[in-house]
Amino acid sequence: MEINATLIGQLITFAVLVWFTMKYVWPPITKALHDREKTIAAGLEAALRSQRELEQAERKALAIIRESKEQAVHIVDQAHKRAMQLVDDAKDTARQESKRILENANEEIAREVSQTKEVLRKQLASLAVAGAEKIIQRNLDIATQTALLDEFVAEI
Amino acid sequence: MTAEVMTSGEYIQHHLDHLTVNLQPGTGGFWSVNIDTLTVSILLAVSLAAFFRYIAVKIQSGVPGRLQNFVEIIIGFVQDAVTQSYHGKSPLIAPLALVVFIWIFCMNLMDLLPVDLIPHIMSFFGIHHFKNVPTADPNATFAMSISVFVLIVFYNITVKGMHLGKEILTKPFGPYLFFLNVPFRIIEEVAKPFTLALRLFGNMFAGELIFILIALMPWWMQWLPGGIWAIFHILIITIQAFIFMMLTIVYLSMAHESH
Repeated sequence: MEINATLIGQLITFAVLVWFTMKYVWPPITKALHDREKTIAAGLEAALRSQRELEQAERKALAIIRESKEQAVHIVDQAHKRAMQLVDDAKDTARQESKRILENANEEIAREVSQTKEVLRKQLASLAVAGAEKIIQRNLDIATQTALLDEFVAEI
Repeated sequence: MTAEVMTSGEYIQHHLDHLTVNLQPGTGGFWSVNIDTLTVSILLAVSLAAFFRYIAVKIQSGVPGRLQNFVEIIIGFVQDAVTQSYHGKSPLIAPLALVVFIWIFCMNLMDLLPVDLIPHIMSFFGIHHFKNVPTADPNATFAMSISVFVLIVFYNITVKGMHLGKEILTKPFGPYLFFLNVPFRIIEEVAKPFTLALRLFGNMFAGELIFILIALMPWWMQWLPGGIWAIFHILIITIQAFIFMMLTIVYLSMAHESH
């Protein structure tokens, strides 16, 4: 138990061990630790960022859905209006058509009536002539003849 | 020569003798070396260096394995201790603190081997004196504390420069009592390596001595005091390694900053 040359040996050992640690042990290990710290920090930050992005995307999706719903309602409305208009148009057309047909029919009737009247008038004239012939043949008095003619005229 | 035929005094004396080789036969004194201290401490140093180098080569910043985790805990612990009290930039301090801590811890750990185990194994090879706790040898503790002292002086001079002279002359009693300040400062600085080395040496030597005393008891009652002392000693060896590391850091940071 005395101080001797062991001291020198221990000094050298200690110095070599410290040098070795300083050169070959400490730097790689602390570098790895530091790298891991950075990786973890980056990972945490990325997680936060993606969470924010997710929230944003959700908000965006909701907005899109709301917008599309509104658009759908709008489209349905428009379709409704269009359908009503189509029906109205069709009704109008039908009404006009029927009116036109009616008018045509009326005209036809009127024409036929006038034609019939013409025919009748012609027949009547011949009848009158025939009647007159008969009256003439029987030599009716003037008074009766005039009365008959007046009657005829009134009837026409 | 076996333990049975020795008296207690001889047994203790036997365990306190180093395996010493005289480098200059006949003269004795300083020029002899304690082979046991050197062998154990160098073996530990080499295995520690190999182990830590192995981890350092294999290390990745991804998910650490078990060994890597263990080393990282130690490194983180040392780094925390260093950054708390040392604010300089020297790349030497942290590795130095790490080496001080783990090397002293491992050398102290040799104290927990049964006191007769290594000497008994060595006796098969014809070696009759072998102290397997390097830190119970003042040579080992003084080697570290003197290295720290050299670093203290080195950093005092390089960091403070001319300011150091003023500090030595004026602190702690002011400029007019410089004739008191200078011896105070010298005592303060010289006390550092002595206290560092002797604290560790004293603790380990005393711990070993108590193990030797316990080993003198009858075999059937050794387990109780031996167990209690071993468990308590686990605490001591850790605390002593930690104290040595902390004081090294504190002394070196004091050498960097004027106080």
